[in-house]
Amino acid sequence: MHEWALAEAVIVKASEVAEQNGLASVSRVELRIGELQAIDRDSFEFGLGLLRSEYPRLTGAVFALASEPAELRCRRCGHAWYLAESVSGLSEEDREAIHLLPEAVHLYVTCPACASPDFEVLAGRGVSLVSVS
Amino acid sequence: MDPRPAVVARRLARVGRILAVTGGKGGIGKSSVSVGLALGLAGEGARVGLLDLDLTGPSDHVILGVERPTLTEDAGLVPMLAAGLRFLSVAAIVGERAAPLRGEDISNAVLELLAVTNWGRLDALVVDMPPGFGDALLDVVRLLPRAEYVVVATPSPLVLETVGKALELLRRLDLPVVGLVENMRRDDEPSVMGRLPVGGLPLLGSVGYDALYETALGDLGRLLATRFMREMAGVAHSVAAGPRGAPGMRVPPGR
Repeated sequence: MHEWALAEAVIVKASEVAEQNGLASVSRVELRIGELQAIDRDSFEFGLGLLRSEYPRLTGAVFALASEPAELRCRRCGHAWYLAESVSGLSEEDREAIHLLPEAVHLYVTCPACASPDFEVLAGRGVSLVSVS
Repeated sequence: MDPRPAVVARRLARVGRILAVTGGKGGIGKSSVSVGLALGLAGEGARVGLLDLDLTGPSDHVILGVERPTLTEDAGLVPMLAAGLRFLSVAAIVGERAAPLRGEDISNAVLELLAVTNWGRLDALVVDMPPGFGDALLDVVRLLPRAEYVVVATPSPLVLETVGKALELLRRLDLPVVGLVENMRRDDEPSVMGRLPVGGLPLLGSVGYDALYETALGDLGRLLATRFMREMAGVAHSVAAGPRGAPGMRVPPGR
C-alpha cells in the first residue's frame, strides 16, 4: 500500500505549513483527492490517523477529504473530457499502473475525439493539500 | 499544495551517497555505466540501489537480464532485488509500452517515484539519468540536493560538444561533480580529458570499447566477465575511494 507514503507526505507538509504560519495546533486539514490516482481511501485515512500522532500540532486535526474528478484535455484537438468516460476500456492491470504512477494514463487512455495520447490532466491527478487551519 | 516534495529527503534519509550518472547526450552509455558503477560498488561490499530514471527509454533491466521488473507495495513502493542491487525502473510500471510524456508529466512521475519509494538503508544510490538537460535533470537538481554527478563522455566529436555543455551547466549550477568516465574509447583514440573543459575534475576511469559487451547483455555471469565490467569495477573503486564531489569544480567558463 503506497497510500501510507502519500499519507506521510500530507502529514509532513501539513506540519510544515502549520509551523510556518505559527499554528500551535491544527483543527482541520482539507485535502483534494484526485480520481486519477484512485487511492484506497480507507488505507489513506488509516495512515493519516496513525501518522499524525507523531506530530503534536496535528494530533487533534480532522482531515476533510474531497474527491476531485479527473479532467483531461487533448493537446492536439482541444477536446476536454472526464476520465470516467474512458475507464470502461481499462483493464485491472492498466488501472494498477495508473494507481502506482498516474502519468501511466498516457499509455492507456487516448483522446475520445482524435485518439491522441497527448493530453493534459487539468484536474484530479492525485493528493493535494488545500488548507491547514 | 503538493505534499510530495516534503517527504523526498525522508525517503532517502538512510541512503549514503546519491550518484547521478549524466552526460547530456544519448547513446554514450549512461545506462551501461550506471549499471557497471552500481555492480562495481556492490562488488566492493556496499549496499547499492539503482534507479532508472529514463522514463521514455528505460534499459537498465535489459542489461541486468530482468525480463519484467517488478515492485511491491509496503508502506510505499519497495524496489525489487536484482543482481544484489535494490532496483527500481519505471519499466516495472509501464512495461514495454512507449510512454509519450511531456515535461510536466516527467516532473510529476520523477517526483512521485522519489516521494513514495522506500529504499531502506543503502551506502549508495546510483541514478541513471535520461539524456538531455531537461525536466528530469532539473528535478533531480531540485529534489535531490545531495546528489553528486558522474559525467560520461565518449571520444566522438558529436558527443564532446554536448558533454562540454553538460559540464558547463553543472559548473554554473554549482553542483558537485565526482569526475568523468571515458566510455567506448578505442586504443588508438586520444583521451577526452584533453578535449573537454574538465578543469580540475578527475578521470574516474577509461573504459575501452568492448565488442563482447553487447553479446553479454542480460546474462549477468557473462556480463561481469566482460572487459567493460572489469574496467567499471575500477571506476567504482575510484568513486568509492576518492573524495566526494564538491561544488564549485574548476571548470573554466566558456571553452
